[in-house]
Amino acid sequence: MSTGTGTGGVRDARIHDIGYRHYEGRRLGRSYARRSLITHSLRGAYGLGRSARHKVLPFGLFGITAIPAIVMVAVAITTGLDELPIEYTSYALFMQPILGLYIALAAPQMVSLDLRFKTIPLYFSRPVERNDYVAAKFAALSLALFLFVSVPLLIAYAGGLLGKLGFAEQTSGFARGLVAAAVFAVLHAAIALLVASLTPRRGFGVAAVIATLTVPYFAVTAVQVVASEQGSPGAVEWLGLFSPGTLLDGIQAAFLGGVSEFPDELEPSGAAAACYPLVAAGLVVLCSYLLTRRYRKAGL
Amino acid sequence: MIRTERLTKRYPRVTALDGLTVDIGPGVTGLVGANGAGKSTLIKILLGLAPATEGTAAVLGRDAAREGGAIREQVGYMPEHDCLPPDVSATEFVVHMARMSGLPASAARERTADTLRHVGLYEERYRPMGGYSTGMKQRVKLAQALVHDPKLVLLDEPTNGLDPAGRDEMLGLIRRVHADFGISVLVTSHLLGELERTSDHIVVIDGGKLLRSQAIAAFTEVTASLAVEVTDSDTHPDGAAALLAALGGRGLAATAGTGHLVHVDAADEAAYDVVRDVIADLGLGLIRMEQRRHRIAEVFQDAQEAVQ
Repeated sequence: MSTGTGTGGVRDARIHDIGYRHYEGRRLGRSYARRSLITHSLRGAYGLGRSARHKVLPFGLFGITAIPAIVMVAVAITTGLDELPIEYTSYALFMQPILGLYIALAAPQMVSLDLRFKTIPLYFSRPVERNDYVAAKFAALSLALFLFVSVPLLIAYAGGLLGKLGFAEQTSGFARGLVAAAVFAVLHAAIALLVASLTPRRGFGVAAVIATLTVPYFAVTAVQVVASEQGSPGAVEWLGLFSPGTLLDGIQAAFLGGVSEFPDELEPSGAAAACYPLVAAGLVVLCSYLLTRRYRKAGL
Repeated sequence: MIRTERLTKRYPRVTALDGLTVDIGPGVTGLVGANGAGKSTLIKILLGLAPATEGTAAVLGRDAAREGGAIREQVGYMPEHDCLPPDVSATEFVVHMARMSGLPASAARERTADTLRHVGLYEERYRPMGGYSTGMKQRVKLAQALVHDPKLVLLDEPTNGLDPAGRDEMLGLIRRVHADFGISVLVTSHLLGELERTSDHIVVIDGGKLLRSQAIAAFTEVTASLAVEVTDSDTHPDGAAALLAALGGRGLAATAGTGHLVHVDAADEAAYDVVRDVIADLGLGLIRMEQRRHRIAEVFQDAQEAVQ
């Protein structure tokens, strides 16, 4: 950039084309690209880096999820309860409808757009491999869901400590709540991502994810009630294995000291209880495998 | 830059590449072939994204089958189809793509600004890409292929969907990628004419086989032949035939071309004067007289006929 003297002594600014400059700096390679994709996708899940319109729903839903945490802290403190009305471990289950909506929003946002606008070949023509893409998207959605659930838990925990609800009890509850949140996030991310990746149409993706998360849950819950009334609690605990929601409920009741929403607050035990984490892990592995298969064909 | 050895790719139903052996050096290389000739398959293999059934391919001295990641770090790729999300701006998109190529965040932003300026995108780069014209979108696609300063870019049908003016601008830009930026280019097209002006070297493939690989100068070298076009007159209802006969009388070998064209073997400059005098004597109008150049299209036709 320099200035010269124009006619009549007017100084006119000139832009000089400095030509093409080569890049001599570092190239950070595949793992850096994978991390960048995680960050980019995680931000996308909350509408960050996009127009205000895209931030309304994620943050609106996040607000709705956080409000009960604030309310229950307030209630516990003002009415002098010695524990919070909702356990940390069952918070995700309590907020399930809202979380379901958020997952249905975030999962298609994460994968359908790349499919729909055929951006995938641009990723695969770079150092990242197909599995890196899948792993990054999976990690990003899991993280997004974990944050969605764990931040309200953190609010409740902070409130609980301020209200002097008993440090040891609160801390152990909070820690178990975080584990439940992590299980919830990983399990639901795997399922929702797979469903969303099957269609480039975002609307279909949203509907399909909601259906996949709710239909089995309501079906299992209904059959559980019937089984319970027929007097077969054994069937209730085995039935719980057949939907992501009840799976999580069973895990938190059997292993994390929570109370289930199964009929009669039944807690899975014995062989059935052992199956809960196994089925959950199996589902995650299966969904991840199918996702990588899906992306073997998609794109370039 | 690119070297393939008996490269073959068979899909269950079709053979996309059939024993292709080419050696492509630095500069702008045009890869010409009809749709389905195997251009896109070749690009996929070069990027290490599809295994070859037989044979080997090397890009920048690296084996495409084993070192795909290392190749993709140094190569840019511009796909044929639309690939831009409409609700993000060109700047954001290209920055993201630069980081996906391994550039640190600050370098990614700097290179994005530079590259978008070089492809001719200014104020509009902050607007969502959904509102861009086809020409602007093609520029962004080119920018994302160049943003990490590759040594080689693979451009798949970059002029597709552009109007004549946009096509010329894109071809000029491609020329600059090599001339000004020093980046070698492999550009595909099913149109010979546009690559003729842009490339240093042309590779013609058809049905997965190599038809021809040659420097552009060899394709279009000046021949000793002179093309002459004349009018008809009342005394000579067929001017071209009359000229042909008269030239024969003056000892110049000539053949009839299409329409009113006569091709004359002009061994030396004296032939030019002879042609002029003969036409003047006949009283015909001279429309044009020019040195004939080989058109690539003719070479392409010859090559195809040779194969068939």
